[in-house]
Amino acid sequence: MDNGQEHTNGIKAPSCDLDPASATVIAEICQRFDNDKHRMLDILRAVQDRYRWIAPATMNKIAEATDLTRIEVEGVASFYSFLSLTPKGRVTIRLCDDIVDRYSDLKGVTAAFEEVLGIKVGETSADGAFSLEVTPCIGMCDQAPAAMINDIVLTGLTPETARSAAEALQSGTAPETLVSDRFNHLSPHERALRQVDNNIRHAGECLLGPVPEDAGLVKALSMTPVQIVNQVEASGLRGCGGAGFTTGRKWRFAASETAEKHFIICNADEGEPGTFKDRVLLTERPHLLIEGMTIAARAVGAKEGILYLRGEYVYLRELIEQVLEDRRSRGLLGSDIMGKKGFTFDIRLQLGAGAYICGEEGALISSCEGLSGEPKTRPPFPVNRGYLGYPTVVNNVETFCHAARILDKGAAWFHDMGTDGSHGTKLFSVSGDCLNPGIYELPYGHTMWELLEIVGGEDATAVQVGGPSGAMIARDSFHRKLTFDDLATGGAIIVFNGERNILEIVEYYMSFFVHESCGYCTPCRVGNVFLQKAIQKFQKGLANPEDIDYLKDLSGTIIETSRCGLGMTSPNPILSTLQNFPLVYSAVVKPSQDGIRATFDIQSAIESARKIAKRRSYIFDRDFSQ
Amino acid sequence: MSDNRRESSFVFTIDGVEVKAFSGQTIMEAADEAGVYIPRLCDHEGLRHQGSCRVCTVKAGGRSVAACTQPASPGQSVDNETASLTKMRRDLVEMLFHEGNHLCPICEASGNCELQAMAYRLDMTEATRFPYLEPCRALDASHPDIALDTNRCISCGRCIRASQDVDGKGVFGYVGRGIHRRVAVNGENLADTDAEAADHAMSSEVCPVGCIIRKRVGFVTPIGEREFDKGLIGHEIEEKRK
Repeated sequence: MDNGQEHTNGIKAPSCDLDPASATVIAEICQRFDNDKHRMLDILRAVQDRYRWIAPATMNKIAEATDLTRIEVEGVASFYSFLSLTPKGRVTIRLCDDIVDRYSDLKGVTAAFEEVLGIKVGETSADGAFSLEVTPCIGMCDQAPAAMINDIVLTGLTPETARSAAEALQSGTAPETLVSDRFNHLSPHERALRQVDNNIRHAGECLLGPVPEDAGLVKALSMTPVQIVNQVEASGLRGCGGAGFTTGRKWRFAASETAEKHFIICNADEGEPGTFKDRVLLTERPHLLIEGMTIAARAVGAKEGILYLRGEYVYLRELIEQVLEDRRSRGLLGSDIMGKKGFTFDIRLQLGAGAYICGEEGALISSCEGLSGEPKTRPPFPVNRGYLGYPTVVNNVETFCHAARILDKGAAWFHDMGTDGSHGTKLFSVSGDCLNPGIYELPYGHTMWELLEIVGGEDATAVQVGGPSGAMIARDSFHRKLTFDDLATGGAIIVFNGERNILEIVEYYMSFFVHESCGYCTPCRVGNVFLQKAIQKFQKGLANPEDIDYLKDLSGTIIETSRCGLGMTSPNPILSTLQNFPLVYSAVVKPSQDGIRATFDIQSAIESARKIAKRRSYIFDRDFSQ
Repeated sequence: MSDNRRESSFVFTIDGVEVKAFSGQTIMEAADEAGVYIPRLCDHEGLRHQGSCRVCTVKAGGRSVAACTQPASPGQSVDNETASLTKMRRDLVEMLFHEGNHLCPICEASGNCELQAMAYRLDMTEATRFPYLEPCRALDASHPDIALDTNRCISCGRCIRASQDVDGKGVFGYVGRGIHRRVAVNGENLADTDAEAADHAMSSEVCPVGCIIRKRVGFVTPIGEREFDKGLIGHEIEEKRK
């Protein structure tokens, strides 16, 4: 990214009419989603898959079919990273550009793809065969570096395996065939496991140990909705996505709203860099998840649910579709579930399209409604007026899974695990510089030291807890406990050893927030760009001692005035490292000698003038003789 | 409605001043009626509240909230013009200046510009600390009566809401994400849309800056006699209380 600003010349592709064949295809795609504007993301994804871009003429056609204006369609199409307003290759390779990938030779992998395909990152080959891109964390930090090749995932890449994959693609091999010659004969579950390892390192009592099928749902159906809510509330279960709101209370608020409809939405948009726990639950416990959503539906009186799957996990789409279909055929979804008269509930799968912000509750709802992933104004809260204005419960994958287990084993069983205020077990996604990256299901309350011993990361000098929106801690904080009240985390634990450059990590995380800010509010849209630029100054050794105060001051404004959780936490990589690694900053600052800003470089400032004049500057060019 | 409103009225305070509000009113709506000015840029009378510029950030019950979207609540104590809030608001206004290309001396809106006026109100008189992003956005002069210079756009979206909700048209909309998010038109350029000079969205009161420009009427009001030459932004609201 340059300075984060567009340099368009304002010229758009010509608005030519669609050829009749394409017009028919677009009309069919819109028709498949009932010409419903609320299904805009599905429509645009389908068009993108079919044509590899959303052309201006296509947007006109979609607008006509869904009774929107063209600018409304363009607003959505231009928001999501996986939708494109310029033509992309038939095969789009998205290299995961997370800091963990960068520390696992992403550079070598990128070079291999670039060399074989003859294009650089950001380019599309002249024959329209390939596009090469980078994308933020795709949830594979335990097996980095990773890449998406259209809808499939390659993990644990090396320059050598990347080269052979690129060569195979170059010679016409279908992306699926890279996974297996027998891809079409494999079950969805086998396909997922051939692409991505689960890396379950420690199974706990709640989720990854043995789980009897639908035992919680059976018990829930013998209870009243109020009893279900009471039980979930008594268990002490709190949201596992990061914010930690009490689940029972959320359900109670939604249930107490009188409305024509209620909705249950599962947030499977885990985008926090370093988080990949939901990926494992979706692969290994999809029935438990749907069971939990069904119990929630019973508790709040919802008939419809949505499972919002992040676009990066598209490789799990057919697995989830199959589970939903299987449950419908067994009477576990649909009408009169398990023979319970009048209990109707079904779920649709909604795929995202590359936008971290959609993990935010309101933005997720906006996205489900076919809009750009912009957070909603609160109040009203989703439990009062959420999806399409109806009371809506939005919970994380892990939260629903826990709820199903609580209904089976009882509130006290869950409440007894963990610590005061942080009950039950938690899935930790551990990656980075440790011997055994992967998923650990542990009760709340372990210290960081204990966790590092378990994962083989005792050499750590820094640990990022809760991803970039969490905190970076140093060894003097490793005695602290993993609980909501001490080291809170949605699950991401990223371990860094003494070789790693803290400023480089911080700069990466700021670039992530700049990329992922929705842009709705001023402080998050603009302020994060300034923070990233300021960190770059430190990296280049051009910062003054006063710049440390500038970082704190600007961070304060962004946190205080931002509209949603993204901006309220995006300065955390800077603030937590300023607090826990102060020497990293103070060691590189230099007082300015004469009050001149060190960032001002006269040579680069006059470069464009020099080009226009086609001669050197008499005053500023060092070599006066020419 | 009026009887109903009266029944559910209550009192809260802004900087110690008692303000009367009705159930469902936002902090800003109640403040405006009571003659207490809360700075704002994206909010405009007669348009839906958006809460995006964040200049109206106030402290209510210890929490920072946008006064334009936050409902007033009984007995609440709201901070508005404190040193720390004014400083944060000034930061936000500076961000908007640095995000676009705002060259007041050559801008036709100078003196009528709410961004400029807000900078004066918030005492933005020292050299700013932020880097300039210096975007390069093409001028759209395709329309016979209106020109768009989006280098001066502050993404307040007032034109979007005015066109949709007042004009019933939808000439404008947001495109892009993050720092690339910006206001665009419903077509190849403005001439390609159904925009008309008489639209509310095109009126000088809707665009707070010099982005939407009426052709052939530039500089009819001399500098010195313009809107904010008469008083600080917000003075009409504050005069209600005097």
